[in-house]
Amino acid sequence: MERDNHQEGEAQGVKISDPPSVNNPPGDNLATSLSLLGNHMFPDVAERNDGASISKEETPVSLCSDVTAEQQSLDAELHSNQVTKLETEETENSECFNDVCTQQSDGGSEGAATDNDQSDSGEFVVTMLAKAKLEEQGIGVKGRSSPLLEAGTQESPAFMSHRDEDVTAESWRQHRKHVFVLSEAGKPIYSRYGSEEALSSTMGVMMALVSFVQSGDNIIRSVYSEEHTVVFLQKGPLVLVCVSSSRQSERQLRGELLYVYYQIISMLTQASISRIFEHKKNYDLRRLLAGSEKILDGLLNLVDSDPSFLLAAVHCLPLASSLRDSLSQILQKAITPNLVFSILIANNQLLTIVQEKTVIEDTRLEPADVHLLLNLIGASSAFQAGEIWTPICLPLFNPDCYFYAYISYLDPPECTVCLLLLSTDKEAFYAVAECKRKIEEAMVAQNSLSLIAKVQSYSVSQVGVSDLRHFMYKPFDVPDNYRQLTQFTSPEMEAPYSSEEEKMRLLDLYRYMHSRIHSTSRPLKLIYHVAERETLLAWVTSKFELYTCFSPLVTKACAITAITKLLRWIKKEEDRLFIRYPPKYSTTPNPSKSSRGGKSDQQDATDNGFLSLL
Amino acid sequence: MGENLPRVPGGARLRCDTLGRPVQTLRVKMVLLGGSGVGKSTLAQRFVKDEFRMTTPTVGCAYLTRVVHLSNVSLRFEIWDTAGQEKYHSVTPLYYRGAHAALLVYDISKRETFIRAQVWLKELEKHYIEGSTVVWLVGNKGDLEEDRQVSVQEGQGLANDRGLFFIETSALSGDQVSNLLIDVAHRVYECTGAQQGGLSEWQEAPLGDLHHRDTSSLMTSCCKVGP
Repeated sequence: MERDNHQEGEAQGVKISDPPSVNNPPGDNLATSLSLLGNHMFPDVAERNDGASISKEETPVSLCSDVTAEQQSLDAELHSNQVTKLETEETENSECFNDVCTQQSDGGSEGAATDNDQSDSGEFVVTMLAKAKLEEQGIGVKGRSSPLLEAGTQESPAFMSHRDEDVTAESWRQHRKHVFVLSEAGKPIYSRYGSEEALSSTMGVMMALVSFVQSGDNIIRSVYSEEHTVVFLQKGPLVLVCVSSSRQSERQLRGELLYVYYQIISMLTQASISRIFEHKKNYDLRRLLAGSEKILDGLLNLVDSDPSFLLAAVHCLPLASSLRDSLSQILQKAITPNLVFSILIANNQLLTIVQEKTVIEDTRLEPADVHLLLNLIGASSAFQAGEIWTPICLPLFNPDCYFYAYISYLDPPECTVCLLLLSTDKEAFYAVAECKRKIEEAMVAQNSLSLIAKVQSYSVSQVGVSDLRHFMYKPFDVPDNYRQLTQFTSPEMEAPYSSEEEKMRLLDLYRYMHSRIHSTSRPLKLIYHVAERETLLAWVTSKFELYTCFSPLVTKACAITAITKLLRWIKKEEDRLFIRYPPKYSTTPNPSKSSRGGKSDQQDATDNGFLSLL
Repeated sequence: MGENLPRVPGGARLRCDTLGRPVQTLRVKMVLLGGSGVGKSTLAQRFVKDEFRMTTPTVGCAYLTRVVHLSNVSLRFEIWDTAGQEKYHSVTPLYYRGAHAALLVYDISKRETFIRAQVWLKELEKHYIEGSTVVWLVGNKGDLEEDRQVSVQEGQGLANDRGLFFIETSALSGDQVSNLLIDVAHRVYECTGAQQGGLSEWQEAPLGDLHHRDTSSLMTSCCKVGP
């Protein structure tokens, strides 16, 4: 904390010494400038750049850069810019932040925001990018064609997707969150909206920005403009950039970029990506990612709409513990050598997960890996194909090697219950498919499918606390179930949050609360936040993290009573809400009879090929 | 696990068709190969369900089955619909190894997919044993006649040169698709079915991956493969 403060002070010092050297042209933001650069209006910007003449010495000023610690960023004061804006924009009367308990109380930084800073950085970006663009032109990058030209040769509009969007159009700039992936050589790899070709010059500029800062032995982390936050993430030979107007914190956005990176790794592995780029610096990675854009698109949509990503926890479907146990037992019995995970999913939520015990003794399955698997299932064609067998890497488990995933739905044609079996043996398809048949049989015998079909997520009304509209509760590991998959529970979003827009609005409020709680410079333990149309309370302790949403008229005392009741209810229901003790099996040559609950498994560390995984 | 060859026909239990005649069901492994977006999955859909649906790019490989009844035998096609994407190429040998039939699919409206099919052919030739795999060159998207970039003659010519069977299909309209499957069934049965151990008997509950395992070095570690 001390160090944090220190850095903050330094940053501010730097900031003060920065004279706003140029007039601030209105309405310039990064998205504008990026697209300006990519089209015919470019000369305008170039001219402005001449007028601006920002020297290199000034660069670290408006850039949020940090050489040493990844975690410690200078986002504190920049972030507070956003906070103040949020306050003024949301409502005039009832907006009120009340930090009941803070670990640090340097509230002074809240007031540090000035409009100058923001427009300054906006201007900086414009000029920086323009300059970079000039340099790029000077070098004469080969094969760069005008985006306008390319826009003209688009395919028939019948198949208009995000990919075919006109990147010079205003609607393109209006997207809430852009994500770009490029190689260190500046080659486009992925863009969430618009084709990568059309954006190649824009990405070139981004890379120029990255390498410019790099040449000063520094790392660019983020750029803030009035409307947008631009976050950079460098992972190995890949550069990921997010341009967001979502008001999320830099840290959250960086976390999302990390998910994008992991998804790419899950398809190619980290080792092969490094190998490819070591071999050929300007390799076009799109060759290998062709056909996978949908997987990345799907991931980004999920990241925006599913709080699991924000909480870094998996959402499991509430299920009577007897039913969950019986499903687990079915999975435990259907094993074959080298099977490591058996996962049963319904409607993108976990029903149960059984893990190979030798594997899981040394490495735990991270929620992020499960998210990637769930996204892959969503993007795969298993629903039409019957059975899928595909290599997949779990980046947090081991970024350099593949598992082989068997994906099949158990209830065609509805296709809601999906079985995912992961093996380390690429030849094991028939053996694993046989496991599925055993599972299918057992489920028919126990009538499991119709029982699962009746299962639904729960309503907040079941908690029996009036005024409580929604909540998200994430318990932390307790020693008892160490190595447990981090989970969270949350009721359905019901009225008034039934429309997509309202859902998103609530999620945005949660994201805001989350960013305050997890602020690197000023983390909070408890926030009571009165917003315009609801009141939120977020609370983090050593045991759990809780976000609640109440009707706007709730009083603080009421909210606290409600939370006590809610916690009691969760405690009572926890066997139903969570996978309490993820069961295990052993797929070593002599499988021991797996014990229910997986708590008393014998110490059995036979090397069965898994060790190479760990 | 020591069993190398599939069960000898005759030793296996015989099943009866509706007329009470005993009919053997033999397993046929068929693999669909070709570039991305040529219509391998839509063809497979046609084979299995006789329907057309726009598909998303295949992840890894999709496994489907379809039983084809010939006059004196039933063939259970195990169709491996591979992903055309380059990133999966390193694992594709897994799917075409030991295949009795391979369909090299290209899109008649995209010349590069025709070239791609020839690359696949070379790849396949490295692995297959003469006489054990029947290979078809399939020009798909026959409905896109007006955008045709690869002529029938070219396709036929290549097929003749390399000793392949040739057909043009349309997964969209269903044109020639069932003919293709029937043809493949006949050819496979003629070429390999008659041989001792050419095709294995299909059991209600197949006993694992016996005849696939023996052909490969058992790699239990997932670390050794990568694109």
